[in-house]
Amino acid sequence: MALEIGGKTIATDEEGYLENLNDWTPEVATAMALAEETPVALNDEHWEIINFLREYYEEYQIAPAVRVLTKAVGKRLGADKGNSKYLYSLFPYGPGKQACKYAGLPKPTGCV
Amino acid sequence: MAKKFLYLNRKAPYGTVYALESLEVVLIAAAFEQEVSLAFLDDGVYQIAKGQNPKAAGMKNFSPTYNALGDYGITQLYVERESLVERGLTEEDLMPIVYEDENDEYAEKPSVQVISRAEMSQIMAEQDVTLSF
Repeated sequence: MALEIGGKTIATDEEGYLENLNDWTPEVATAMALAEETPVALNDEHWEIINFLREYYEEYQIAPAVRVLTKAVGKRLGADKGNSKYLYSLFPYGPGKQACKYAGLPKPTGCV
Repeated sequence: MAKKFLYLNRKAPYGTVYALESLEVVLIAAAFEQEVSLAFLDDGVYQIAKGQNPKAAGMKNFSPTYNALGDYGITQLYVERESLVERGLTEEDLMPIVYEDENDEYAEKPSVQVISRAEMSQIMAEQDVTLSF
């Protein structure tokens, strides 16, 4: 599979994750969200989580499991955001899978 | 009921895939809320050595991931003292991996415990499951 962005082709795997993590730009995230069956327009709340995931990956070199993500978001952004309900409202396909995909990260380890 | 899992890491971090595979399995097991601890012995002690740079070997440096173990509830990393000594290493040569203790106002505490070979064998005897990599 591939994404077309600004005339450039970006390779993704069969589930839509980037083949090459260095291909990521904010435009990639926007295009991925719009390519969903029900297109998503990313807002500031989505971006807050996407940027958080990119920082987490930068520091630890892994995409966190959803339980770890939830806890870490709570610590950094406050308890009103560090809960499943809030995260699923932003990323209904699963905050781990969907947000990591938009952030250009691999699928979370242990995620099936 | 949660079981006690001990992952034994005995090989150098790069050159074979054992260390990376072990780390991935550890993260998966932790996601299933098991009681997971890690042991580093023989050349496995190099897995948590400071200052890893495998760029020239064309490998990804995955050592930062050990610092995420605390987030996964893995707070006990046992290192065998004899293995360090045999390699001319001390605890100072290891990454200062910490976890945040939820029961103590998220105070940072060290995860690494350097123990003797005899203590290591005691810890192994206490496990429900021991997996060697």
